[in-house]
Parts: sequence; structure tokens; C-alpha cells
Amino acid sequence: MSVKQHRNFLPCAVVVVLICLASMMTLRKVHAAADGSITGTVKLDGTAPHMRGIDMSKDPWCVKQHVGSPAHLELVVVGQNDGLENVVLYISEGLSAGETNEKSSAVPVFDQKNCMYTPHVLAMDVGEQYKVITSDQTTHNIHPEPNPLLGNIPWNRSQPPGAPPIIQSWKVEEVAIPVKCNIHPWMHGWFVVVKGPYATTDDSGNYTIHNVPPGSYTVTAWQETYGKQTQKVSVSAGAAAKADFTFKASAAHVM
Amino acid sequence: MNSKWLLATLLLGFLVLPVSLMAQITEYQQEQWLHTPAVTSHIGNITGNANSDRVKSDYRRYCVGCHGELGDGNGENAIWFETPLFPKPRDFQLAVFKCRSTPTGTLPTDQDLFDTIARGLDRSNMPPWNTFTKQQRADLVAWIKHYSPRWQTEKAGTPITIPPEPEVTPERVKAGQEVFARVQCWKCHGVTGKANGPSASTLTDDLGRPTLPFDFSSGARPMCGSTDRDIYRIFMTGLDGTPMPSFSDNIKPDEAWDLVFFLRTLQPHNEYNKKEREIAKQLNLKPLNAMKLSQ
Repeated sequence: MSVKQHRNFLPCAVVVVLICLASMMTLRKVHAAADGSITGTVKLDGTAPHMRGIDMSKDPWCVKQHVGSPAHLELVVVGQNDGLENVVLYISEGLSAGETNEKSSAVPVFDQKNCMYTPHVLAMDVGEQYKVITSDQTTHNIHPEPNPLLGNIPWNRSQPPGAPPIIQSWKVEEVAIPVKCNIHPWMHGWFVVVKGPYATTDDSGNYTIHNVPPGSYTVTAWQETYGKQTQKVSVSAGAAAKADFTFKASAAHVM
Repeated sequence: MNSKWLLATLLLGFLVLPVSLMAQITEYQQEQWLHTPAVTSHIGNITGNANSDRVKSDYRRYCVGCHGELGDGNGENAIWFETPLFPKPRDFQLAVFKCRSTPTGTLPTDQDLFDTIARGLDRSNMPPWNTFTKQQRADLVAWIKHYSPRWQTEKAGTPITIPPEPEVTPERVKAGQEVFARVQCWKCHGVTGKANGPSASTLTDDLGRPTLPFDFSSGARPMCGSTDRDIYRIFMTGLDGTPMPSFSDNIKPDEAWDLVFFLRTLQPHNEYNKKEREIAKQLNLKPLNAMKLSQ
């Protein structure tokens, strides 16, 4: 068994390494000075699936925060004009390795507010520091569960009321890392760790990825229920390239 | 229609292949790791060797049934483990361990793994392997490292510092109860430590399987050791892979000792908690009022 796998593995590894090398060599050097952007709208085609209401009765404090405005699951959040919220857009191909983009100085913040995650999906760059804060008067534990075999290591920290922020970063790209609170089992969010610039859609499904060097790219849109879609775009210096996405509301996805 | 499906299958195959290449560990890779310097262990003056004559046969004889040929916790007996009563065998490939002296999200020290083998894990199918010699255990610690790529790239975390244990006083026991209330241990463990907190029934581990909080009143041994220092370590490092988080960001070292003393009052009489139980009796210490706390 082991000898056989041995023989199969070597050529595979060689091929993979060659492909990696080849793709690295073909990537162009780009300059951050005249960056463009990628912008567009992500929509849902069809009827949005029903999002079940959340029973927070395990924690009366949480119940109190939602009197009159019950919380719902956020697997598919549709806003104005069928715009899909919480979709992460990032460049999955075309960015040269080692190229550092001009990053915005804003630190991504993940807030535990009214026993829900705000935002529900938090995108970030590999190695970028992000902050987990709590606005709640009840204890949460923040428990991201990446796959340690890909390089990001799971951890689990408690954050009682008034606790200082937790500042962390992730080592490698991973789309996406589930985040949960064990004390409040309905709390479920995502960390989306990508390489290079990214954007998350607003409540109208609009997004803009800033600081994109001129070049040809594959843009990927990731939505937690519907998965990924890709599109090719060309970005020229100082201009905004357009990429709209439409996810189909299929019956198979209705929760 | 047929060709469409074929195409879809092929496409799916191409999509899945790179992912599985990244995430799946082969026997061949493990064979390579077995001969790397990272796959050794150092416990005191004992050096564990994963290439010793004995360790492979020890693993095959005593461990493989549950932890599996590839160390992934899928041994032939693993399917009989019924959670929440019995957690699944540890997956050495993921190398996420409960009993550590190191912060959450880090690899345990050799000593941690060595101690776990000898101690066993109470309320699980992992018995104490205290019949092994120290050398056998040290070799097994080295051996299980060859199952995961993490030992090749990561170092064990730095153990947390535990200050010397202070004297138990009534003030400290009371202060401990305040910590218990403030960080809301009772959400899972319950105000009397009977594992009946409001969130207790919904807990799941990292595999998504149901799991239970520790019941202090049961008289059972805590999973990662019974001494005061063990209990201190459990809540300050967290039990990775389970819902039990690390509280080290929010409990100061001195307060942590207070909490240890308070937790002792929740246990039935044992060899460690005579003083604490007496103090609780003198103070007429009442359990927290959960209804009031959750307002």
C-alpha cells in the first residue's frame, strides 16, 4: 500500500510544483500607483427562501434585545431590488504572488451585538489583523473552526461583558471559516480569508473592490448558501471594471 | 442529458481534486515525517523516538483500534463511540488537543501529551496507560506527531505561567464565586455546577457532535486532571475541540486561583477540597440566582 502511494505521489507532486512555478512566472508585475477598481451588484434570481426565526429563550438577555424585532437566520439575506447581502467578492486569479496591494487602514471588526454577529460575514486579507468585540451584556465565546490541515488553527476564547477586543489574524487563504458561539448555538457567522483586495456586498447587493492594479483577473463571489461564482474582468488604470453576479434561488437550498 | 452529467461529474472532480490533495494526508507523507527531527519528544531527560523498535508495535497493539492506521481517529472501534457520553477518539492529523498547558490554538507540549497518555481521559474510552514505562510513553508521544503536518511547521505553544497557589481564605472563595458569575461559567455548568446551565443541552464539539459540560457535583475527575493546578489550567487554556473556551483574556492569574477555590465547593468531598467545603459551610454560601443573573 505505502509503496504504491509512494509511486503515485511523486509524479503528482512534480506536476503540481511545475504548474505552480509556471503560473508564478507568467504573472506580471503591477504597480499600485494607478489602481483601478471592480464594482457591481450581486442579485438573487427567484424567491428568497424563508429564513426561520431564532428562538433565543436559552438566554433571556438575548430575548429582551429582540422584543418587537425578532431575529432570523441569515443564510440568505435579500435587500432592495433583490440585492444579496453578505456576499464576499475577491480576486481568485491574476494577482501576482508577493505583490502587496495598498490596503485600507480600517481594521475589519466582528461585533457580537444583540446575540448576533455584525457583520454576519467578515472578509479579510491573509495576515490582516481583525478585531472581535462584544457589545452585549451576556458572555459569548468566539470559536472559529478552520481546517487546521490547510494552515489556520482553530481557537476558542471567552468574551464576557465589557471584555477587551480580541485581535487576531489568519495565516492562509480559506473560504470560509465558520465561527460559532457555543453558549448561543444560533450564533453562526463566517470569516472569509482571501489573498489581496476584497469587498462584501451591502444590503442592496452593491460592492466595490478598491485598490486593484491594472490587469486581467478572475473575480469570485462567495455566498454561504449558494457557494461560488466566478467572472473574468479586465481592470485598467484608474478605472472601474464592472462585474455583476446573479445567484439562482433553487429549491434545493431552501432551509 | 447523459453527456451533461458526465461533464458535470468531470468538472466536479477537477474542482474537488485540488482541495482533497491539500486536505488529505497520505500514508506516504506520514512515512516521510516519521524521519524528521520534529518527530521526537523530550520529557525531562527522556527522549522519545518514533523510530524505536517498540513504538510501532505498541501503537498497533494498543492504540490503532480507536485512533486508526493513519491516526485520524477512525479506528475500527470508533464507530461504536456514542456521543455525548463518549467523545470520538482524537484525530492526530488535526492535532487539536484538549489537555494542554499552552494557550488555545497552539500545539501542546510533549509533557502534556505524555501526561494525557498516563492519566487517560475520564468519562471517555481512553483508559490510563500507566502500565507503560516512561520510555514507551515518550516514544508514543513522538510517534503520534508523525501523523500531522502541523508538527513539521509549528512549535508547541509556550505554557501559561501559573503563580504559586495562595492560601485558601473565605474572601477568596467568595471572590471566586464573583468570577464564576462575571464570566458566566453557569451558562453551561449551571449555578450549582451540575452541568445544567441554560446552554448545557445544546453544546456540540468541533465535529458537530453533542457534548456535555463537566458536572462538578458528580464526583467525576475533571478530564485533564484533578489537582488545583490542573483545574486552573483547564479554564485558562480551554479544552480545544470542545465548547470550553479559554478565559485567560478575562481572568487575572490571582482571580483564577479564587475561581479554583470556588469550584472546589461545588464538588462532593474529595481529597482536595476539605478546606473549601468547610469555608463554604461557614459562609453559608448560596448558589447564584440564575434568574437574576440573566436579566
